Amino acid sequence: MKKILALAMAAMMMFAAVSCSGGEDTAADVKSEGVMTYAEYAAAELETPVVVETYVQAKQGWWDNQATIYTQDKEGGYFLYNMPMSEEDYAKLVPGTKIKVSGHKTAWAGEVEIIDATYEIMDGNYVAEAMDATALLGTEELINHQNKLVAFNGLTVEASTDANGNEAAFLYNWDGSGQEGTDSDLYFNASIGGNTYTFVVEYYLCNETTDVYNAVKGLNIGDTIDIEGFLYWYEGAQPHVTSVIVK
Amino acid sequence: MSFTKKFTALLMSAAVALPVLLTGCHGSRGMDPFVIPEEFDTSRNYEITFWAKNDTNKTQTEIYGQAIEDFQTLYPNVTVNLRLYTDYSRIYNDVITNISTNTTPNVCITYPDHIATYRTGTNVVVPLDELFADAKYGLGGSDVRFDSPTADEIVPQFLEECVIDGEHYALPFMRSTEACYINKTYVEALGFTLPDVLTWDFVWEVAEAATEKNADGTFRINGQNVMLPFIYKSTDNMMIQMLRQRGADYSTDAGDILIFNDTTEELLYTVAEHAATEAFTTFKISSYPANFLNAGQCIFAVDSTAGATWMGTDAPLSDISEENLVRFETAVRAIPQFDPDNPQMISQGPSVCIFNKGDPQEVLASWLFMQYLLSNEVQIAYSGTEGYVPVTSKAQNSDEYQDYLSRSGEDNEHYYSVKLDAAKLLLAHTDDTFVTPVFNGSASLRSAAGQLIENVTKSIRRKETVDDAYMEKLYADITSLYRLDNLSSSVASGKADLGPLPGTSVALLTALGGTWVLILAYVGWGILKKRKK
Repeated sequence: MKKILALAMAAMMMFAAVSCSGGEDTAADVKSEGVMTYAEYAAAELETPVVVETYVQAKQGWWDNQATIYTQDKEGGYFLYNMPMSEEDYAKLVPGTKIKVSGHKTAWAGEVEIIDATYEIMDGNYVAEAMDATALLGTEELINHQNKLVAFNGLTVEASTDANGNEAAFLYNWDGSGQEGTDSDLYFNASIGGNTYTFVVEYYLCNETTDVYNAVKGLNIGDTIDIEGFLYWYEGAQPHVTSVIVK
Repeated sequence: MSFTKKFTALLMSAAVALPVLLTGCHGSRGMDPFVIPEEFDTSRNYEITFWAKNDTNKTQTEIYGQAIEDFQTLYPNVTVNLRLYTDYSRIYNDVITNISTNTTPNVCITYPDHIATYRTGTNVVVPLDELFADAKYGLGGSDVRFDSPTADEIVPQFLEECVIDGEHYALPFMRSTEACYINKTYVEALGFTLPDVLTWDFVWEVAEAATEKNADGTFRINGQNVMLPFIYKSTDNMMIQMLRQRGADYSTDAGDILIFNDTTEELLYTVAEHAATEAFTTFKISSYPANFLNAGQCIFAVDSTAGATWMGTDAPLSDISEENLVRFETAVRAIPQFDPDNPQMISQGPSVCIFNKGDPQEVLASWLFMQYLLSNEVQIAYSGTEGYVPVTSKAQNSDEYQDYLSRSGEDNEHYYSVKLDAAKLLLAHTDDTFVTPVFNGSASLRSAAGQLIENVTKSIRRKETVDDAYMEKLYADITSLYRLDNLSSSVASGKADLGPLPGTSVALLTALGGTWVLILAYVGWGILKKRKK
C-alpha cells in the first residue's frame, strides 16, 4: 500500500511540475551538430568563439545594420549585442523566432553577451515564460539566470532619491537628470525582505509608448508590484523591466 | 548609465555614415541667407527651441533651466523650449533628420565635426562672423541686455575650433581635454615614482608590472582577481593624440585621409603587445575606466576632464557599490606623452550653433540666447559641474571663478579636488591643445582611428595573429567600414561625388550643345554669304 501511495505521490508531483511550467514543452532543446548547449556556452571562456541556437524574446534596437536582441533557449539566456543584420531581417524577428548565432562570448561590466556575430534564421519557435526569481534576489544564484526573462513578485516601491535629495517613486535617468519626451530610462527602487533593489525601464527596449513605461510613471511609493523583465547585468543585477503590475 | 551609455557608442559609430549619405543628395534650393535685422523687434513674441546635451547630470539640467529663466526675464518676448539629450550622436542624428523637413532646432549644442555635415545643406547653419561684429547685437554689443563677452574675451584657441572654411559657424560652450586619473598608491607600491609629466614608456612599464600575479592567481598589487592596469575611454582620441605627438599624418585640412601610415602601424603593434598581457584594455571592451579605478582594479584611467566627478575613492558620482570601493590616493596628470618637453593634448567639448529660419527676427532671438550661454553666470555655473573650463577669459579671470579654483578639496562635491585638478590641467595647458581638421566626413575618420585600436585589442584577446597581413586587412576593412575611400575622393575636390548625370540632364545638355552648333553654323554661313557679295 505504501509503495502504491509513494508511486501516486511521485506521479502527482511530476504532473504539478509540468503545470508550473505553464504547459510549455519542457523537453530539452535538441541542438544541431556543432552547436553548443547552454551548459557548454556557460562554461566557455570569455573571448572565445561560440555557436548557439536560441529564440528571440525581445528586440532592443536596430541601427546602422546592427541589432541588439534578448534571446533565450529552454536552458538559459543569450544577449546578442550589435549583431550585423539588415533591417529587413530585423523586421522578420518576432518573439519565438529561432536563430543560429555564431560569434564571440564576451563580458561588459558583468553582462555576458555575444558580439561580432553572424546569424541564420531557422524553423522553430519558443517563447519563454518568466521564471520566478523573487527568492533569488540578493543571492549569488541569481547570476546563473543572467539574460533570462524573470519575474519578481510582491515587491514594494521604495523612494528613489535624485541628485538634489528629492524623493520620488521613479526617476528619469539614474539621478533624475532626464525628462519626459527624451530618451530617458526610468529608474525605480523596490524592496522585499528588507532589501531594496534597483530596476530600470530601458528606453530603447520599452519607450514611452509602452505600457510598462507608463505604468512606472504612475507608481507611488508603497505600491505593491509584480515585475517582469530580462535579467541584464551592469556592475550587478539590473533587470531591464518589461512589465509592472500594481497589485 | 549602463546600456544607454553603451548604446551611445553604437550610435556614434553609426552616425558617421550619415555625412556620406547626406552629400549624396543633389541638394535643394535651400534657404535664403540670414541677414541681420536693423532692430530686434520686441513687439513680437518668439518661441525658440534649444537642443542641449547633459552628461546625465542633474545639476547641468538645472543650470540650463536657470539660464533659460534668466534669459526670458531679460527678453520677456522670447520663450526658450529645452530639449535634453544625453549624447551628441542623438542630437546629430535628429538634426540631420530635421534638416530635410526644415524643423531644425534654433539653437543646438554640437561638435564642429557635425556642423561640417549640417552645412552641406544650403544656408542651414548661420555663419556668425557678421553677428559677432554687429555693433548693436554682436558680442559685447550696445543693445545686448546682459554683460556679454567681446570676441577678444573668448579664448582664441577655443574660438578657432569653430572655424569652418574660414568662417565661424559656432561658439565654444565648454572645453575639456583628456586626463589620466591615477591610483598613485599602487604606482608607488609597485616601486615607481609618479612623474609630473607621464610618458607612454612609463605608463606601459608600470602597467606591465601590475600584471604580476600571486601563486593563487590573484594580482599581487591588489589581491583581487581583476586588474586592468591601463584603460582608455576614447580610443579615437588615443590614436589621434599619439599620432599628433609623434608628428605623424592623420589628415589634411582639405580632408585627404593620411592615417594609414607606418607610424600608425607601429603604434598598433605597441597596443597589441600590451593587450596581450592584459596590461591594456578599452572602455568598449571592458567598461568604464572609473569603475575599475575606484574598485582598485585599474591604475591609469584615461577619460575626459569632464568625467572627473566619477574618478577616485571620494568621487561624488559612482556606479559601483560601496563595498567594492577601495581607498587610494588619486593623482591627475595630462595624458601620456612621447616628448614630455612638448606636451600635446586634444581640445574637446561642446560648441553651440544656430540654425537659419525664414524669420530673421527669430534667428536674432536665437543668437541672443546663444550669446547668453557665454555669459559669466552660465559659464561659471556649468563649468563647475565637471572638470570643464569656461571658454571666456572674462569668466576664467573673474573673482568668482578664481575663488572656486582656490577652494579645491573643501568638500567632495562642488570643490572635489580631482575635478578641480582636471580643470586646472586644461587651464595650464591651453596652449598645448590641438584639434583635428573639420570637414564633411571628419567624424568618420575619428571613429576609424579608434576602431583600429579596438580591433587590434580584441583580436589579441581572441588569440588571433596580429602581423603585417593582419594590418593590411585591418586597413582595408576600416577603410571600407567608414567609407574612407569615398570620403577622400569627394572631399579632395571640395565637392561631393554626385554620381553620373541623369539621362534627362544629358539630353538637355546635348540639345543645348546642338543648338549652339547650329547657331554658329548659321552665323558662319551668313558671314560667308556677305563675303561672296
